This record gives sequence, structure tokens and C-alpha cells, in this order.
Amino acid sequence: MELLYSSSVGLLVACGVFLILRGRTFPVVLGLTMLSYAVNLFLFAAGRLSLNKAVVLGTGESYADPLPQALVLTAIVIGFAMTAFVVILAIRGRADLGNDHVNGVVPTPKLKKKR
Amino acid sequence: MFEHLVALPILLPMLAGVILLMPPCGKNVQVRRVVSVSLLALTLAICIRLLYQVTTVEPIVYAVGNWQAPFGIVLVADPLAAILASLTSFLGLVCALYSVSGDDEKGSFFHPLLHFLILGVNGAFLTGDAFNLFVFFEVLLIASYSLLMHAADKHTTRAALQYVIMNLVGSAVFLIALGILYGVTGTLNMADMAVKVAALTGDDVYLAKIGGLLLLVVFALKAALLPLHLWLPSTYASATPVVGALFAIMTKVGVYSMMRVYTLIFGEGAGELSHMAQHWLWGLAIATIVVGAIGVLASQDLRRLAANLVIVSVGTLVALLAVQTKEATSAAIFYMVHSTLVSAALFLLADLIARQRGKVLDRITAGRGVNQERVLGVAFLIAGLTVIGMPPFSGFIGKLWLLDATFDAEHAAVFWPVYLLASFALLVALAKAGATVFWQRPQKDIAVIETEDASNNQLVAVYLLVACSPLLVIFAGYFTELSEVAAGWLHNQDAMKTLVLGGRS
Repeated sequence: MELLYSSSVGLLVACGVFLILRGRTFPVVLGLTMLSYAVNLFLFAAGRLSLNKAVVLGTGESYADPLPQALVLTAIVIGFAMTAFVVILAIRGRADLGNDHVNGVVPTPKLKKKR
Repeated sequence: MFEHLVALPILLPMLAGVILLMPPCGKNVQVRRVVSVSLLALTLAICIRLLYQVTTVEPIVYAVGNWQAPFGIVLVADPLAAILASLTSFLGLVCALYSVSGDDEKGSFFHPLLHFLILGVNGAFLTGDAFNLFVFFEVLLIASYSLLMHAADKHTTRAALQYVIMNLVGSAVFLIALGILYGVTGTLNMADMAVKVAALTGDDVYLAKIGGLLLLVVFALKAALLPLHLWLPSTYASATPVVGALFAIMTKVGVYSMMRVYTLIFGEGAGELSHMAQHWLWGLAIATIVVGAIGVLASQDLRRLAANLVIVSVGTLVALLAVQTKEATSAAIFYMVHSTLVSAALFLLADLIARQRGKVLDRITAGRGVNQERVLGVAFLIAGLTVIGMPPFSGFIGKLWLLDATFDAEHAAVFWPVYLLASFALLVALAKAGATVFWQRPQKDIAVIETEDASNNQLVAVYLLVACSPLLVIFAGYFTELSEVAAGWLHNQDAMKTLVLGGRS
């Protein structure tokens, strides 16, 4: 389980970083979302992965660490708000700048020099 | 009784933000302005009372909801946090005063957002819990995003998009760092973390080191330290000037977090991990000063000049931080207060000058003169001399103190020449900017354009900030003592641990 979990976090981070480095806002927003998913999963794992443990103290022999779950909850809420903001900003950028590039300009392909 | 005082600098701006959104404040501009300014004055008064309390008695630890540390969230008001909270509230008050003459109506919700920003900044200063620090970072960031879009045009949207994306990536890294540190130490309370980090063995040491250095990346991003500073000039220069002035405190939040984390958690008593960021900080700080000074020399307009001055001041602060002695920290605290005030003053002055020069705006070229040459010129002269560090203003004390504090440091042989050359570059750039803007006129006549004089509250706001510089000199004895007390508490880790954990650890 550990291998599966960690490799999925790693894959999400890799995809997120790749997408953030793109030039247009839509892939960048997608990348940010993926990165925040990866971060949430990672935070969740900070409390150690375990099977069949009670969430609430006192209902079972052993219990899972509740704090990372609270942290993930907070992180998810904040991540949603921030994603919503960046989506709106990207839409506004599209309207203001006339294109959806992060730098605000459409990169022109370099022309070959004529001899 | 006074322990509840700690929560007020956070609660009051939050309530104020909500009050300002509701009628009658939401409907009537005049009412909104009066309420906003008076609530900010109240916040400032509370912060100063808190500062008095924590310097005369002892730092206050406030367990939110009475959940005791290390399990609950604590607010910790030591003198440093109280000084910076007072500084934030003062800056907020001045900016609100300045904005009253029209700037706050150019976009929606200026005043509520201003209060939310202060809520976030004060919270970040006063919290004693690492995850709570993240939450307050996000609060101040989302307020800053929206303030950046206040009265926005095309260029602002572009700068804002880059700023937001940078900071979202920064937040992700912040969470990863916190996850690693929590996984290793099993706690998020900073004082408790300091205890646990000192006792780490084996592989956990490396994990904690990775976590700590990831935190450095995040704080360097917020503070605009060298490789991560590129967002700052364009963001600050494209924001509405009053918002730019308000942002002068935001880089200091990053520097403050570094101070906390690298003196409390990874400081003196952290065993194998003590002073782990020191060497990184030295190199980055010196490089930041160099790049900032080059940026100042290359700036084409006053706002960009002020933004690059912020970068130089961050570099200076981080260099002091890297020394990690009590004396250097007290110099850093003094310098932090002084540089925040003066860079805010420069942003506001650049705006006033731009308004009175017609089409040339604040570009550093020959153009028509400003209407109120004397008033603005004197303010610019004082602010300029302060920021360069010439006597008799506060920059001089700050500079002397910081040179003295770094004299025995390991890298002083590199730092001194770099810093003094950078100061010289600042002198050249500001002298050129001032002379060009105030004295140089174009050869051919230009059409006379009617421009408005600065309104009274704008001038009052600018002079409130500018006057801090001579005041910091006149009451230098008091202020240096205050910074020494604050630095003393910051470096007294054992006392802090006992205060926060109450003998349990």
C-alpha cells in the first residue's frame, strides 16, 4: 500500500509540475489543482498509513492520528478557495489581455533568417 | 484580563471587515471611511497596549479555546510579534487615511480587504503554531490578491496572475514541509517542535532537515529572496500605489517567519540541526543585495525604484538574520521597522509625484514640475536620505548598528564591501531620481495641464510615515532598547519553551 500511495503522490506532483510550467493559463490551473491534490494526500500520510483503525478515540483498541485529517480538511478548503480565485483571474486575464498566455503575449515563432 | 488582549489584534480586524461589508457602511462611502479609519486606530491602540504589556511584564501565551499547548493552537505575543503587529496596524491606518481621498473608490471593497489583510498579517505574527501560520499566510495572501486587483488594468492582471500562481505553488511547498515536519516530530506547535527536533536521531534528522529547508524556500518566496524575487518588482509596481505601500509589510512576514523558525526551532539548541540554514542565508542575502542594488540603478520610474529598494532591504535583513547573534537580531528588528515605514512612504510619494506631473507620471525623465514642490520635495529628501542611510535619519542608526553587528561575523569580509557599495549605488540612483524629477525641465515648452494638488489627508499620511524617521532617531534610546528586549526574548528559547508548554515537554 505504501508503494502505491507514495507513487501516486509522486505521479501527481510530476504531472502538476509539468502542467504548471506550460505557457497557457488552463494547463497551469489544472497543474495547480493536481499539485494541491498531491499535497493533500501527502499531508494525510504524515499521520502514518494504517488499516482498520478507529477514527474516534476510545471506540477501538488503536486509533488513527486525527490531526493530519483535520489539517487535510483545512488544506482542502483553502485549496478550493484559491483554485476558484485563480480560475476567475485566468478568465479575467483572457478578457483583459486578449489571449490566455501567462505572460500576456502570444509567443511568435522565430522566423528563419534569409540569406 | 490582559491575556485576552492577544486575540484582539486578530479578532478586531476580522469583525471590522465584516462590519464594513454590511449596511450602513456598505452603502455610504463617507460612513465606511470614518468607520474604517477609526477601527484601524482602535486596532493600533490595542496593539500598542499589548506591546506595553509584553515588554513590561512578560510574553503572553494564549491558548485558543483553552486547549492547552501542544495539542491546541496557541497565540504567542512576545515583544517582537507585538512590535510588528503595531507596525502593521500603523501602516494600515496610514494607508486607509491616504486612500480616503479617492483611491478607495476606484475598485470595490478596498476597506474590508485592507482589514482582512491586517487580520492575516497580525495573525501570522502572533501565532505560535506552524499550521496556523500557514492558515494566516493564506488569509493575508487572498486579501493581497484581491487588493492587487483593486483598480486593476491590463498590466495588473498579468502581474496578478503570475503573483497568484507563484504563491499557490509556494503554499503547496509550505504544506509539504509542514507534513514532513509533522511526520517527524509529531507536533505542530513551534515551541514543542523545537523540543522534539533537538531530540531527533538517525534518519529523522535528515527528514527534518528537508522539511526545514523546504520551509526556507517558502519563506524566501514570501520575502522575495534572490532566486524567488522576480515577482516582486512587477507586482509592487503595478499595484495601486496605496496597495503597494501596504504590501511593504508583506515581505517582512516572510523575514519574520524565518526569524522564528530558524532561531526557535532550528536555532541554538537544536542539536545536529542547529543553524542549518545559516550558510544558505548568507549567500542568498548577499546576492539579493547585489541584484536589488542593480535593479535600483536600472529603474525607470519611481515605483519600480521603491520596489527594488524593498528587495535591498530584504537582503540586508536576511544577512543580519544569518549572523544569528542577539545583537544582530536586535539590529534586524530596528531595521525592519525603519525599512517598512520608509518604503511605504516612498510608494505613497511616488504616487503623489505621478499625479502632479501630467503625462510623464513617475518616470525618471525631464518633465513638467510638481505643483507642491516644497512639500513633496522635503518629504522625498527625508525619505531618500533615510533609505540610503545618511545621517541624521533613522537609516543611519540602522546602518551603523548592522555594520557593527556583522563586524565579527564569519562572512563580514564579503558582506561589508557589498553592502557599502550597494548603499553607494542607492545614493547615486536616488540622487539622480530626485534631481531629475524635481529640477529637470524639458527644453521645449509643454502644454499646461491642470493637475490636482495633494489633498490634506494624503499629505498627512505621507508625513506621518516620513516623520517616523527623525522620530526613530530622537527616541533612538527607547527604540534600541525595545529591539534589544525583543531580540532577547527571541533568543531565549528555554524561557519560550517553558512559557508555551508550561513545564510540560
